[in-house]
Amino acid sequence: MAERTLRGQAVIAGIGETPYYKYGQSPDSEFKLALRAILAAAKDAGIDPKDIDGFASYSNDRNDPSRLAAALGTKELRFSNMQWGGGGGGVAAAVGNAAAAVTTGMANCVVAFRALAQGQFARFGRGTGAPLASGDDAFTIPYGVMSPAQKFVMKVVRFMHDHGVKQEALRAISLASYHHAQNNPRAVMHGRPLDEAKYDASRWIVEPFHLFDCCLENDGAAAVIIMPADRAKDLPHKPSYLLSAAGGSDHRCAAPIHNGPNYPSSHFATVAPNLYAMAKLGPKDIDVVQCYENFTGGVLMSLVEHGFCAPEEANDLLRLENLIAPTGKMPLNTSGGNLAECYMHGLELVNEAVRQIRGVSVNQASKNDAVIVIGGPMVTPVSSLILGSEATL
Amino acid sequence: MSYLPEGLPAPSAGADGLSTPYWEGTRREKLLIQFCRGCSHWQWGPEWICHRCNSFDLDWREVEGRGVIYSYQRIWHPVHPALNGHGPYIAALVELPAAGNVRMVGNLLGDPKQDVPIGGSVEAVFEHHDSAAPPFTLVHWRLI
Repeated sequence: MAERTLRGQAVIAGIGETPYYKYGQSPDSEFKLALRAILAAAKDAGIDPKDIDGFASYSNDRNDPSRLAAALGTKELRFSNMQWGGGGGGVAAAVGNAAAAVTTGMANCVVAFRALAQGQFARFGRGTGAPLASGDDAFTIPYGVMSPAQKFVMKVVRFMHDHGVKQEALRAISLASYHHAQNNPRAVMHGRPLDEAKYDASRWIVEPFHLFDCCLENDGAAAVIIMPADRAKDLPHKPSYLLSAAGGSDHRCAAPIHNGPNYPSSHFATVAPNLYAMAKLGPKDIDVVQCYENFTGGVLMSLVEHGFCAPEEANDLLRLENLIAPTGKMPLNTSGGNLAECYMHGLELVNEAVRQIRGVSVNQASKNDAVIVIGGPMVTPVSSLILGSEATL
Repeated sequence: MSYLPEGLPAPSAGADGLSTPYWEGTRREKLLIQFCRGCSHWQWGPEWICHRCNSFDLDWREVEGRGVIYSYQRIWHPVHPALNGHGPYIAALVELPAAGNVRMVGNLLGDPKQDVPIGGSVEAVFEHHDSAAPPFTLVHWRLI
């Protein structure tokens, strides 16, 4: 039987995004944002947007494929796919699902996208307005545990306690994103630099998360076009090959009321080995890391679970000088990511990974053959992917 | 006097009734946890099936309200109008050694700025909301 793999079978042919806005400041509706991002990605790929024959998204994106296809004048809809699960956990899986579709002949040209207008719809960072909390929520919300930060932080507290990880490690993750955003005109925090003193003086959201450990709340959309690898030679840009994608979570991650057996975790314990096995690469082969920051503590655990350091080495690795392009040994979130470019549920990280492979990032790393994108941590399922240049095939 | 201000969402067993025995137990100051008759293991949170042996034969059994702090959080930023201006408060994740180390979430009573010892021993404190409609009882924790 032939090897079952996505390795080298599909390319990201084009990337696109709208301008990124603070929540509530988009002049466009969420659906219009989705359309704009998809058109931008199609233009970047040099294709007629009407030739897109599949749509893949995640996190219950509200902009469903049939409506998009009708609006865009899609000639034929062949693939419409939603990755279950909340937050940005599904971002890499959506790209992987699109690649699986074009690899297996289910479709020829699939767009993976995310559109989010928190101004038009609800903000993520607020609690419920309902008078009752039922089901599993009944066991947390009446105790004031309801926002994403509050749902996840006790994982981080326990992890830092177990391994002696210091606040300065979280701070370095935040500083790296803000550092990179200062070179990125797309970034919402462009022109809003952050330093150690400003971080330390910022208010607590929930300990150990300062304000700057938490992602933004934004409006915008981003999209990537995925095509079979045999189309790579026709593309206007250097192709970014998908070397692997993996999703899921380990044993009973979603056990109710914080009862997951492997609790102090980003939930990549089983996902990361699958990712590296398909890519036939290990963490030492990765040149640039894009790692979803819902909260810096999730980045910490994601990096450990993807093998970039042992838990006890986190204080040494997570220093600003190690994390910034082009000189750092592990350039991290080189566009500014969810903290400082835009909280586009991680799809902005996929776009940045492609820019790194192409060599056109505003914070270009010196080595750029293999780039990892680690999706939203601490939710379930989670997902991650690895892109490679032609040299990695 | 409740630990958190009034006005937060009240707990409800929900339409499916899965957790009704738990919430009825708290009204009588009893901590009831699921126990599988099929494989004699504790299970929490409430589920329709035992995750070990896949039996549907789940009982509710009383467990002593003693636990150990597994993790915690000190929350400063209010995300609900009822908490505006309230200041920090602590939520704890407590393991129950008498019930297979299942974990429960509650508030940690006392000074909201206290140092919280992971591994510290706690006991359950039942906080009755008798004037709510319908009445309910929350389960908090206190260091011992």
